[in-house]
Amino acid sequence: TMPHSNPALSAEQKKELSDIALRIVAPGKGILAADESVGSMAKRLSQIGVENTEENRRLYRQVLFSADDRVKKCIGGVIFFHETLYQKDDNGVPFVRTIQDKGIVVGIKVDKGVVPLAGTDGETTTQGLDGLSERCAQYKKDGADFAKWRCVLKISERTPSALAILENANVLARYASICQQNGIVPIVEPEILPDGDHDLKRCQYVTEKVLAAVYKALSDHHVYLEGTLLKPNMVTPGHACPIKYSPEEVAMATVTALRRTVPPAVPGVTFLSGGQSEEEASLNLNAINRCPLPRPWALTFSYGRALQASALNAWRGQRDNAGAATEEFIKRAEVNGLAAQGKYEGSGDDGGAAAQSLYIANHAY
Amino acid sequence: VTMAHKFPALTADQKKELSEIAQRIVANGKGILAADESVGTMGNRLQRINVENTEENRRQFREILFTVDNSVSQSIGGVILFHETLYQKDSQGKLFRNILKEKGIVVGIKVFQYCTILAGTNKETTIQGLDGLSQRCAQYKKDGVDFGKWRAVLRIDNQCPSALAIQENANALARYASICQQNGLVPIVEPEVIPDGDHDMEHCQYVTEKVLAAVYKALNDHHVYLEGTLLKPNMVTAGHACTKKYTPEQVAMATVTALHRTVPAAVPGICFLSGGMSEEDATLNLNAINLCPLPKPWKLSFSYGRALQASALAAWGGKAANKKATQEAFMKRAVANCQAAKGKYTSTGSSGAASTQSLFTANYTY
Repeated sequence: TMPHSNPALSAEQKKELSDIALRIVAPGKGILAADESVGSMAKRLSQIGVENTEENRRLYRQVLFSADDRVKKCIGGVIFFHETLYQKDDNGVPFVRTIQDKGIVVGIKVDKGVVPLAGTDGETTTQGLDGLSERCAQYKKDGADFAKWRCVLKISERTPSALAILENANVLARYASICQQNGIVPIVEPEILPDGDHDLKRCQYVTEKVLAAVYKALSDHHVYLEGTLLKPNMVTPGHACPIKYSPEEVAMATVTALRRTVPPAVPGVTFLSGGQSEEEASLNLNAINRCPLPRPWALTFSYGRALQASALNAWRGQRDNAGAATEEFIKRAEVNGLAAQGKYEGSGDDGGAAAQSLYIANHAY
Repeated sequence: VTMAHKFPALTADQKKELSEIAQRIVANGKGILAADESVGTMGNRLQRINVENTEENRRQFREILFTVDNSVSQSIGGVILFHETLYQKDSQGKLFRNILKEKGIVVGIKVFQYCTILAGTNKETTIQGLDGLSQRCAQYKKDGVDFGKWRAVLRIDNQCPSALAIQENANALARYASICQQNGLVPIVEPEVIPDGDHDMEHCQYVTEKVLAAVYKALNDHHVYLEGTLLKPNMVTAGHACTKKYTPEQVAMATVTALHRTVPAAVPGICFLSGGMSEEDATLNLNAINLCPLPKPWKLSFSYGRALQASALAAWGGKAANKKATQEAFMKRAVANCQAAKGKYTSTGSSGAASTQSLFTANYTY
């Protein structure tokens, strides 16, 4: 039966959440995803021959967080891993304070990783709901105003299954509801992996089904959409797909999928970069922001690798390289800030005019 | 249950046709004349002006409306007809549907349907009429129709609307929409939450959000092409018996808030039903909706029956001599609502947009 409405949030709670979300995706701004777990950092650091110690992880994040005021105009939020939230720079200043002092919102990854769904073809859900409310309350006290939770779906002959879609949408909605109860804006991340040989259309189809389920679940769980952000994959072909698509085709497919599923109340869509290179991630984001279809939400970035690859490579674990590494990060941050406004001219390509004509009429999507 | 490979429901050409029809109907502030009253409903209307409910009288009234000056096509983008009316002619023997088409107005049809009780609920209903719907739509398309309308009814009451009623009506609407599109008809999707009751506006908003979320999930599940549909919802208002009064700006804010939490931007237009609203209230509310400061990526227009025809009916009184007065009354409302759909309506005695604007309370309270 239909209960009478029992408001989940007061007007003040709603305003606080909505203000935080709008600050993060203010025009020209996006998110630095610096929330790599210890295991993920192991992979990144081994690629540059650096040992995965707590100190090295601290030194590396220091490289990113010591960026000067140039990042204020292009970074609206930083997602932290738990360990990093309590770390300090060489002068003993907590990273949280350094970031907040730049007017950037502090966020925290709160999920506890994927676990298998029995009876499926290798599909997963994400755990971390136990004690989540208490953890959020503590994170809020410790300076975090938003959180991130990642669910993972994959495309194959038989996946994503109805169960995987339903279960991941539901767990995202529970997480979002709990965050909002604690004054934390939930970033909802239903990532569809690019693994596979499927084409662009199939990714678009799956993305539409997944996002429709996510927003139905958010509605069912009484989540206040104006106080959330979405972190989806762009619509792209699978990595092994032989067909090549232009950034305009990626953009049109992506924006079409979002227009069919993401209510205008959602203030911002902050794309993940997946396996894209730094430049690819910027060009695609730029094309998305030049797409001729009406777009009622901010369309920006929440990039990890696509903001850090060059910086990591320049650093290579050497203190002497820290300054140069920080510059690499600032450079990508500024480029993506432009891309989030459709103002990135690319590195040496012929710019906007030719690209604009490459948009295929949207009824073909 | 496994995830099927994608089997496209529509070709690119079919999508293009549907999308263009939908956009034409709501272009430039245009809206819809809902002239699809069934025989029984027309009986109610005609009884009020002491006119006998005969086929000829129904024909005469519709003829007066449809033969109005061509400039009506600047305000009216589509007309919904009842089945009988689709095949009626004017006094010179010209088909109504051709008269409308020549004015550049898109012809629509109220597709056959009836409500039936959902067992185990508090007298809630679902819609029937899916049997043979595809063949019916194909014939309508041949006969010059380009859009259809189907109305689901939900009610706010003790234990209502139930989860079953919401789910079942959303599903029925999605099946109807899918079948329409297969036959080149743009489906107008109408999930009306009726205003009966003493609930306040906030409760109506809550229910409207739940209903619309279910409708769009069902449309997605049924592979309906949103760009080739229109939505015909209720505005968010208090129940008729609610003692609390709300301003047009409050109605507008609650309505647009509910829509922007549930209706994807891909939907080209939202054409409100007028329910029991007076002609002027329906226009004032639509105007306030178009002035609401929230993001509004769809056209916000009208699909009015009574709110476009009440004065015209009264002016007509069943007498041919009153044709001019009837047409003037109808045109006046058509033009007013077109202005309202652009947020430009000024009624006599109001000071226009500026005064309306200042009455909006910040949206975080909704």
